[in-house]
Amino acid sequence: MAATLPVTPYDGDEQPDAMERATPRGEPPTRRRRAPWADTLFSALSHGAALLTLGLLVAIIASLVVGAAPAIREFGLGFLWSKDWDPVQEKFGGLVMIYGTLMTSFIALLIAVPVSFGIAMFLTELSPKWLKRPLGVTIELLAAVPSIVYGMWGLLVFGPLLASWVQAPLQAAFGGVPLLGALFSGPPVGIGLLSAGIILAIMIIPFIAATMRDVFEVTPAMLKESAYGLGSTTWEVVWRVVLPYTKTGVVGGIMLGLGRALGETMAVTFVIGNFNQLDSLSLFQAANSIPSALANEFAEAGEGLHQASLIYLGLVLFFITFVVLSFSRLLLMRLKRGEGRHS
Amino acid sequence: MTPNILHVACLGVSLTLAAGVALAEGATGAGASFPAPVYAKWADAYNKATGVRINYQSVGSGAGIKQIRSKTVDFGASDMPLTDEDLARDGMIQFPTVIGGVVPVVHVAGIAAGQLKLSGAVLGDIYLGKITKWNDAAVAVLNPDVKLPHAAIAVVRRADGSGTSFLFTNYLSKVNADWKSKVGEGTAVNWPLGVGGKGNEGVSSYVQRLPNAIGYVEYAYAKQNKMAYVQLANAAGRYVSPDDTSFKAAAAGADWNKSFYQVLTNQPGNDSWPITGATFILMHKAQDKRAEAATTLKFFDWAYTHGDQMAQELDYVPLPASVKVLIRKEWANSLKDTTGKAIALQ
Repeated sequence: MAATLPVTPYDGDEQPDAMERATPRGEPPTRRRRAPWADTLFSALSHGAALLTLGLLVAIIASLVVGAAPAIREFGLGFLWSKDWDPVQEKFGGLVMIYGTLMTSFIALLIAVPVSFGIAMFLTELSPKWLKRPLGVTIELLAAVPSIVYGMWGLLVFGPLLASWVQAPLQAAFGGVPLLGALFSGPPVGIGLLSAGIILAIMIIPFIAATMRDVFEVTPAMLKESAYGLGSTTWEVVWRVVLPYTKTGVVGGIMLGLGRALGETMAVTFVIGNFNQLDSLSLFQAANSIPSALANEFAEAGEGLHQASLIYLGLVLFFITFVVLSFSRLLLMRLKRGEGRHS
Repeated sequence: MTPNILHVACLGVSLTLAAGVALAEGATGAGASFPAPVYAKWADAYNKATGVRINYQSVGSGAGIKQIRSKTVDFGASDMPLTDEDLARDGMIQFPTVIGGVVPVVHVAGIAAGQLKLSGAVLGDIYLGKITKWNDAAVAVLNPDVKLPHAAIAVVRRADGSGTSFLFTNYLSKVNADWKSKVGEGTAVNWPLGVGGKGNEGVSSYVQRLPNAIGYVEYAYAKQNKMAYVQLANAAGRYVSPDDTSFKAAAAGADWNKSFYQVLTNQPGNDSWPITGATFILMHKAQDKRAEAATTLKFFDWAYTHGDQMAQELDYVPLPASVKVLIRKEWANSLKDTTGKAIALQ
């Protein structure tokens, strides 16, 4: 063994005693001297990779701004709250798509966060051992399904089910009630904000659930055992010990899911109905989202305002994502500040 | 391990080089998705017959126009003809390749294919939301012997920008004044109502699934999926069914002599299908890449001579012989290389 090492201070027949061992003798290993440029190269590469990403981001934003410039000049910030979208008259506003994007993502989170929390809690605390692995893998597999498959499934299978088993009964029950009735009105197609939101929820659950499970698992067993030892129930352990310990990871996972929901294109375009009018608040009303509008119209949009407005929409989506991310950082900072006050 | 990787890498490089050489002998085009199946079939048959490779990228008409303007491709393709002024400004010519039609389809219990009759004005009012029930008097008066249900009409239309929508809205603008002033024509318009499906398959799946729905799809799509099409009243006031003969009749009615800018909607003629349109190829007049331009012309010349059967198999309608003569004349007259010499076919 010792003979294979290039430089070993203790080789030969000299047998150092315990005292001598503690003091190093001779030169330290010189292995890293062999390639003095390797460190520099590696450092340059990793710096380069980081800077490249940053540069790309700046370049993308810049090209979006340049591309959107005609629309920004023409419509200004009014673009954000105008609901016109008329390619023939060249009048464009993004409110319908912005509303659709935010609303579908909100619905998706509303469904996905509790479900993912349940999944993660089950997998880490409640599940019998033999079920943990197959169940975990199955949930992760959901993330590998291409989004277009979700879209087609939503359109052909889920939409009709939603229409006949959810929407029709809801309409029958609340048809006359002022606010709720409006919320459930619309043609019984099974296409619209709610379908898109539910499909998105199914798509982001694996991301959120997998992150939550992973961070729940790193909670030190000692903390949990102590809580159990003090007589806590499983729920109390998860809610009072595991969740506070892992909140950074949990919020991170939720943001990962939200990011995917905001940008999802293909699945949404199949089930949202692609309707550029905003004349009811119904959850079943066909609507549109920013990525879906871009995917649908970009290929055939003529040069000029139509294209510029679509790029403007892309810029708005960029901005929304940025705000969401900053908000989550802010949330984490506030959580940190509150740490230790009430525990 | 390492020699293997090197080997593969070398192979990859040589393959890329080979592909580069093969591409140099061919021509590249991009644009409309509607004629993409027939272009692909022609290109495949042409490659088998001559060994020359034609690359066609189905990226959408808008993108095709952009790419030919910036000369990244040898020819562009668009479902929507460019106006003569636009062509002159960009120094381009256009010529039609095949003809297709747009067909309104319905899904109403008890109404079979070809049973329902509609006029352009009524179709426009349905899409405007002025007619909302199937048994509306305006629909009933056209269909005295059809039992129409008392049910709301579910309107379906394209969500993506498309040449199909352009033909449809162009037709409605011609026959319905209200449509023209409120909505207008284009590959994408501000639809007053309806659910938007992505592509022909999106529209057809909505129509087939929604009871009492109406939508519009390309003829080939309606035919292959055996959808319940509608008879339309044409400009001569006669009810016609969509098929090869009615499309050909519409194409024959147009005056191609003057210009290839022809939208074949609402054409005169007793047998003309009213929502017909050709799809177009765009090329620059001054060609700095003579070889590619000549290849492109040879390919389309070959397709006009040998491709009609293939087009018909895919449910497109070939151009009338008289139009092909005009196109070949246009090639000889307009396409020049940088020295001003005509890029002749022979």
